[in-house]
Amino acid sequence: MKQFIRGIAENNHYQPTHLLQILRQIQAHYHYIPEAAIEQLSELLSIPRTQIISVVEFYSFFHLTPRGQYELLISDSITDHMLGKKILFDYLANKLGVAAGEVRKDGVVSLDNTSCTGMCDQGPAGLVNGYALTRLDRPAIDKIAELINQQKPLNEWPSELFHVDDNIYKSGLLLDRQIEQGAALRSAFKRGIKETLKEIDNSGLRGRGGAGFKTAIKWQFCSEEQQTERYVVCNADEGEPGTFKDRVLLNSYADQVFEGMTVGAAVIGAKQGFLYLRGEYLHLNNKLQGILDQRRRNGLLGSNILGSGLDFDIEICLGAGAYICGEESALIESLEGKAGIPRNRPPYPVTQGYLGKPTVVNNVETFLAAAAIAVNGGDWFANIGTEKSKGTKILSISGDCDRPGIYEYPFGVTIRTVLNDCGAADVQGVQVGGPSGTFISNQELDRKLAFEDLATGGSFIIFNSSRNILDAVHNFTHFFAHESCGFCTPCRVGTSLLKKQIDKIVEGHGSAGDIVALEELCQLVKNYSHCGLGQTAANPILTTLERYLGLYESHLKEISFEPGFDLDGALETARRMANRHDASAHLAQTESEHE
Amino acid sequence: MANKIRVATTSLAGCFGCHMSFLDIDERMLQLAEVVEFDRSPLTDIEHCTDCDIGLIEGGVCNSENVHVLREFRKNCKILVAVGACAINGGLPALRNHIPLEECLNESYIEGIGVENPKIPSDIELPLLLNQVHPIHEVVKIDYFLPGCPPSADVFWKFLTDLIEGREPSLPYELVHYD
Repeated sequence: MKQFIRGIAENNHYQPTHLLQILRQIQAHYHYIPEAAIEQLSELLSIPRTQIISVVEFYSFFHLTPRGQYELLISDSITDHMLGKKILFDYLANKLGVAAGEVRKDGVVSLDNTSCTGMCDQGPAGLVNGYALTRLDRPAIDKIAELINQQKPLNEWPSELFHVDDNIYKSGLLLDRQIEQGAALRSAFKRGIKETLKEIDNSGLRGRGGAGFKTAIKWQFCSEEQQTERYVVCNADEGEPGTFKDRVLLNSYADQVFEGMTVGAAVIGAKQGFLYLRGEYLHLNNKLQGILDQRRRNGLLGSNILGSGLDFDIEICLGAGAYICGEESALIESLEGKAGIPRNRPPYPVTQGYLGKPTVVNNVETFLAAAAIAVNGGDWFANIGTEKSKGTKILSISGDCDRPGIYEYPFGVTIRTVLNDCGAADVQGVQVGGPSGTFISNQELDRKLAFEDLATGGSFIIFNSSRNILDAVHNFTHFFAHESCGFCTPCRVGTSLLKKQIDKIVEGHGSAGDIVALEELCQLVKNYSHCGLGQTAANPILTTLERYLGLYESHLKEISFEPGFDLDGALETARRMANRHDASAHLAQTESEHE
Repeated sequence: MANKIRVATTSLAGCFGCHMSFLDIDERMLQLAEVVEFDRSPLTDIEHCTDCDIGLIEGGVCNSENVHVLREFRKNCKILVAVGACAINGGLPALRNHIPLEECLNESYIEGIGVENPKIPSDIELPLLLNQVHPIHEVVKIDYFLPGCPPSADVFWKFLTDLIEGREPSLPYELVHYD
């Protein structure tokens, strides 16, 4: 082991910033992070062992105790559930003889749930040793169980298990035509870098991650910073359940995304860029490395790019299963090899980002658009969309519709149009912008997708009238409780309390006061949390309470209060150990039952 | 006399520290006694509640008896108050929540150092332990929460005088500021 770890550390130049990448390799090799490896890394990287342990414990894909040689994770997104995930999961668990969260006795396989893997258009989905599995059904599971029991190496598994489709059903301004490799850079250099920034400014391009900050202003702020060491970061930590557009962009439009990053580097004067790729998209890594190599060979990355004097290169860093790393300051922490805990803002990353240096962090789609704007000019983009939301938005559509996949629309499109295009019938509601966004009912289908009305990072999950909305709320609330980074109390404790309270209501233990308590708790978590995760974690509850209060109330009991847990069940262990069978060894769930 | 406000208090899975802190209102107890009469409480030795206006509960819920007592209070008290960290969050007793009850009992009665005649106590008189310690608001509806470990005497005083004088109780920052 010593040799192996030393080798990895050496390949990573003993840089603590590479800790995540190092741990990923150790986890992949040993299926956990052995104590001895931590000790050795602590010495090799000159960082305390506790710091390494904190990173291991923070990320879902790292483990301090051994997982199976085949680490199976099944996506727990609501969209997977709508496709029958639960029954399949039980079938799989049964087939393999291993329970959720456990490692089989022979150590061959472990099974667990994981947050949305970004395959909502082709679920139920999962991961095996980090590689995406799609369209799981009984035959596929039979096959997987067989392969695992035969201990077949992953590279001998049939490729259809790993097949990922793009599913682009509607293309527009950006997806219609990919720019020619190098075209954006040539245009930018020809036009002049300042003028190119002006074009991006004129285009009205706003950040595509959801927040919608104007891209040109961000780039300009960064370029005006005193410190000359600057960085460009592409945020491909697409973790919002229901979002998968970046997966498609990086599968089929990556060259243009890298080109957009390089244009950004030219504008702000950066020498180094990073693509922070969510761990769930490991299957894209080799392809992306190949494209980077090709760009280097073609003089589009490296030193003196296209003879312009610009030196710039891009490194791909993989995440390890943490939704919070999609928050830009948490992402930067993660890039630095630390736990992804959001920083205080200000200072914003444009002034103090990666290693404290000015850094531009943008979404994959933003860089894609920036490259196209560098070629086609600002007006080309600004002529489309609405007054405050220029251009197009790429949507990831999933849930109850005939054609789940990728759709590109000019901003300002109505929900109704989108629903018609993807073949959604009998719609009850739509989750716009993922769990952190808004749930709208079928009374609001004329609302528009735009920063002026419904802002979105691209997630669009459709629910037809056969669905119970509370199932979705329940799923999303559990998601946030799982993904809270634990830094601030309102979010760490609050999201768990929300989970408990929603469980209580969904499981039928709620009474009138519980809705009031739930709403108060929502406001507390929303208003007092440190970052966007906590501030939006209550959105699934708040936006559905507003629209479907009757649905919540229908789950309530008439009595004034009932405990949210099984009181008599809570005595079971003590009863068994004390060997008690008398009446006083039992408790009624409510007082009235006593009398 | 008949118009006095009736107050009951009890300690569930607590340490009586909150009660001790309550007694720290010192001579103000005499003032309180002019308008308040104590019903069931460790201060009176009355065993069961009758109709009360205010019930003060110290400690969390760790066993079946706690559940019965808490329900008796809820049934008889117009206003029920969670007093102190244990009643509000489970507090110190809830530290056992991370350890399975089976391990706790084995350690205490079977395998622990110095245990003689090892066996799990079993008697109809003994309440059974719940597998986890719960805050009281998870078992009955609670109207007010007095934070602190323990809440200071001034917190009790401010809260009770507010209620008695017909104001909505509120605790100023100084009273819930702990460092």
